[in-house]
Amino acid sequence: MSLTTAHSVVAPSANSKRIAGAIIIAYALISIVPLLWIFATSFKTPPDSIAYPPKLLFQPSLEGYCNLFTTRTRQTPEYINSLGPATDFCDETTRKRNMVIAGPSNFLPRFVNSLIIAFGSTFCAVFLGTLSAYGFSRFKVPLADDLLFFILSTRMMPPIAVAIPIYLMYRELGLSDTALGMILLYTAVNVSLAVWLLKGFIDEIPREYEEAAMIDGYTRLQAFWRTVLPQATTGIAATAIFCLIFAWNEYAFAALLTSGTAQTAPPFIPTIIGEGGQDWPAVAAGTTIFLVPILVFTILLRKQLLRGITFGAVRK
Amino acid sequence: MLNRTAENVARATPEPLARKVRGISDKGLAWLFISPTILLLLAINIFPLFWAIYLSFTNFRANRPNEVVKNLGFANYQRILADKDIWIAMQTTAHFVFWTILLQTLIGFTLAWLIDRKFRGHAFWTTLILVPMMLSPAVVGNFWRFLYEPQIGLFAYAISFVTGIPPTNIQMLSNVSLAPWSIIIVDTWMWTPYVMLICLAGLRSIPEYIYEAAEVDRASNWRQFWSITLPMALPFIMLAVLFRGIENFKMFDMVNLLTGGGPGSTTEVASITLKRQAFESWRTGYSSAFAIILFVAVFGLANIYVKALNKVKQR
Repeated sequence: MSLTTAHSVVAPSANSKRIAGAIIIAYALISIVPLLWIFATSFKTPPDSIAYPPKLLFQPSLEGYCNLFTTRTRQTPEYINSLGPATDFCDETTRKRNMVIAGPSNFLPRFVNSLIIAFGSTFCAVFLGTLSAYGFSRFKVPLADDLLFFILSTRMMPPIAVAIPIYLMYRELGLSDTALGMILLYTAVNVSLAVWLLKGFIDEIPREYEEAAMIDGYTRLQAFWRTVLPQATTGIAATAIFCLIFAWNEYAFAALLTSGTAQTAPPFIPTIIGEGGQDWPAVAAGTTIFLVPILVFTILLRKQLLRGITFGAVRK
Repeated sequence: MLNRTAENVARATPEPLARKVRGISDKGLAWLFISPTILLLLAINIFPLFWAIYLSFTNFRANRPNEVVKNLGFANYQRILADKDIWIAMQTTAHFVFWTILLQTLIGFTLAWLIDRKFRGHAFWTTLILVPMMLSPAVVGNFWRFLYEPQIGLFAYAISFVTGIPPTNIQMLSNVSLAPWSIIIVDTWMWTPYVMLICLAGLRSIPEYIYEAAEVDRASNWRQFWSITLPMALPFIMLAVLFRGIENFKMFDMVNLLTGGGPGSTTEVASITLKRQAFESWRTGYSSAFAIILFVAVFGLANIYVKALNKVKQR
């Protein structure tokens, strides 16, 4: 090992490293169990999912995913036998439970709503946030600190408190239960995060680049477009992912302000029920599909996480 | 080439025209860039806030929009401050905030302190630990209902496996004394990584030479921890507590799906009361007044706290 990297007097000993590692690994494994359980449950059949004791080993099945995407009705065995051969796997599984598929469920439209609202609001929040952050970072804005604090303070309100007047306002404007209404609302919530994060990122880009570009004859706007934006792409991407995650995960506003056409996945997933209560494999299947994008983003973001969750207050 | 041309043109242009050619002034640009954000926040946050303030002085009910609205003055506020249920909700909230923050800070700091030992593979395991906090509290909270099921749920099964208590007796969600802990456990599971990540940044910000100096002075490990590690990481710990405090004071989604405030009102935190008053009893004016009180409370407490935080930072 190391003649070159001489041991610092304060470096933790090999033994303490081993113990620390063991505790951390144990914690990580235990804390991940609920998520693994969601994943496992999504591949169980309904009887397997509610077995006692909980089944660790089971025959994997896609029934949960079938149930997630379809609605089913109970039929007599005579009727089911009178139908032709099953067309696909889901059809076959459903018939084994003496049911037939009645049609698609609402999961797909709700999932699409989540996509539209999350991406729409993220785009708007990052667009507005980038402009404002540049404004605050580069120009002497009167009362800048107060304005920045005002922007942050809008995030301190309990969502339900804001939801009451928003509910009334949207009812007047015809924005209740519309994707546009939700995009506007999420943009407003996210723009505070976007401004604070992006201001940090833009502050780190030396002014000299723009000044050089302006001496070269670019206008301020061109300098912003050609020198600042390209350098801020990492920051903008990280900010966008944080906004996306917030809008994707948001529940309170969605549950109170949407009920039908614009409902997103978070208020929908808990309402998935089968015969005699919650259809846990289907709920788990919906949850799994809903969580996977976030897992990917978390891994992509791991270097910027700290900054994002503290509104740029801690930068490492 | 192009730049040179632009420069020459710019130099040859008379002043007032130059300003036009070179675009708007910096000041104009600053406002052009900032005002859309401010306008949006005014429309979606501030205007509704003022509307809520107005409603809080009335007897308006959103389910009866055509009824005559009466001005009640401060009657709603007086009624709230005298309402026993509201005070119980505030106590429930305080209990929830206190225990989640205490547990998350203790566990989070310990984890960060261990990760700071930089054992082999620490980066991978840290990322794994961080996963729960990125997920939707509503969707994951909903699934915890399944984990908490007395017989078939994994949590109850694991606890009975360890303690020997029959699993039917572990009624996390329907037992009056266990239900408050059911939400504390889920919140702690989700958000300990958050506190850990901030504490880790704090520990990594302590320069190594301070420890080296302490080592030269033969300070014990114990002494080093209390005189260097903890005080220097304190501003970070306090920041984590601030963020978690604000978030948990507002807590709605996870609790609403996990217990819905029940059984009875044992887990009815402030946001749940607010939802019940506003969207189930439709007492819009009354609930607006409660919302304003909550907002002022969060805002006031956060301000006092930030002042304390700045003092600690300056030390």
